[in-house]
Amino acid sequence: MAAAATMMFGQEQMVSSNNDMAPDWTSKEVSTGTTIMAVEYDGGVVVGADSRTTTGAYIANRVTDKLTPIHDRIFCCRSGSAADTQAIADMVTYQLGFHSIELDEMPKVETAANLFKASCYRYREELTAGIIVAGWDKRRGGQVYSVPIGGMCVRQQVSIGGSGSSYIYGFMDANYKPGMTKEQCMELVTNAVSLAMERDGSSGGVVRLAAISESGVERRVVLGGQLPKFFTN
Amino acid sequence: MLEEQGPEWMSEEVKTGTTIIAVEFDGGVVLGSDSRVSAGASVVNRVMNKLSPLHDRIYCALSGSAADAQTIAETVNYQLDVHSMELGQDPLVCSAATLVKNISYQYKEELSAHLIVGGWDRRGGGQVYATLSGLLTRQPFALGGSGSSYVYGYLDAEYRAGAGRTDTQRLVVDTLSLAMSRDGSSGGVAYLVTIDGDGVEEKVFLGNELPTFYDQ
Repeated sequence: MAAAATMMFGQEQMVSSNNDMAPDWTSKEVSTGTTIMAVEYDGGVVVGADSRTTTGAYIANRVTDKLTPIHDRIFCCRSGSAADTQAIADMVTYQLGFHSIELDEMPKVETAANLFKASCYRYREELTAGIIVAGWDKRRGGQVYSVPIGGMCVRQQVSIGGSGSSYIYGFMDANYKPGMTKEQCMELVTNAVSLAMERDGSSGGVVRLAAISESGVERRVVLGGQLPKFFTN
Repeated sequence: MLEEQGPEWMSEEVKTGTTIIAVEFDGGVVLGSDSRVSAGASVVNRVMNKLSPLHDRIYCALSGSAADAQTIAETVNYQLDVHSMELGQDPLVCSAATLVKNISYQYKEELSAHLIVGGWDRRGGGQVYATLSGLLTRQPFALGGSGSSYVYGYLDAEYRAGAGRTDTQRLVVDTLSLAMSRDGSSGGVAYLVTIDGDGVEEKVFLGNELPTFYDQ
């Protein structure tokens, strides 16, 4: 067994080494292999995500909240490395808070998106972060900006991200129509995230939703038993 | 490098990076595929029919390496001919799928092709079998190829057990259209083959006949 290691001169002593006794996830990075999405509607945005955080094959957190508030009416959805996205989100929260106090105004969603883009692009070689920024401001209403790996920034009416998103491109193309109501968007997001969770091993748990509009933020959780049921083999 | 190497795509392997689907309905199956064959970034054939007959009422859908997939299909076509002559009757879809699986499994290290087998026989009606990596499993519907990832969610949401013939044909065309619009390796026209007890119907949907969605 690997536990019975022989001592050799010149060989570095390791405090902990990856031997056969330890499960492999103890040496894997924590990632939010995930499904995230955001949809614009007239008057606001709806954001949604699954709740699984994995280190290798172990689910480190099965009730993660990947919808992170950046300001009163601006959220971000995080996918990729949990550490990287938390660090970037914390930085942007600070920068945006400071900027908002300087201006004595609610910050614009486009500003938040550009702050994310600035960090994600500058440190693109070191980071693995796919972020969707969504929120409401009085200039342009509900907006969704996508800041994927690499650090570009583009506004879209609908954006999906994370490993589970591949499986729902077809579903979103077929079912999203411009001009939907808030409740329709909530239902669309719930259905889409559920479908992705069904097919993607790195996504699962519960579906977390948030609807952001001028009047405030409404958060919802759809638990396992209440998830919409589709045909599955 | 002083030698003339020719364009890049001359030395790239020819793949059917693709979208293939097979869906069972009440009384038969519908198989569908796109028509793009790529060698690297070049499209070497934009009208290839990836639905290949294995027998009168059994077809297979090809994906992966074009050479590997075609060779498997031709080999199984021959083996099924011999088998059905020995039997004196039409072979079962399960037999065809098993022959495909045997080759896929035995040569799994050398081959990189995935075939979906679909057909109709008197004993089991319409059936769809997946043979990815040499397994054999019967499923109500099967997807394959690079474009399939994008439409798993759509097909999971829209598939209904016991649907009729025209509804299933429309479902397959819609699914192919969605996949072709998202996957760079899928495109061209959509081929459909519908197999039931009465025979086989082949249809082609040209680019402008395909359904469009909100952003097109």
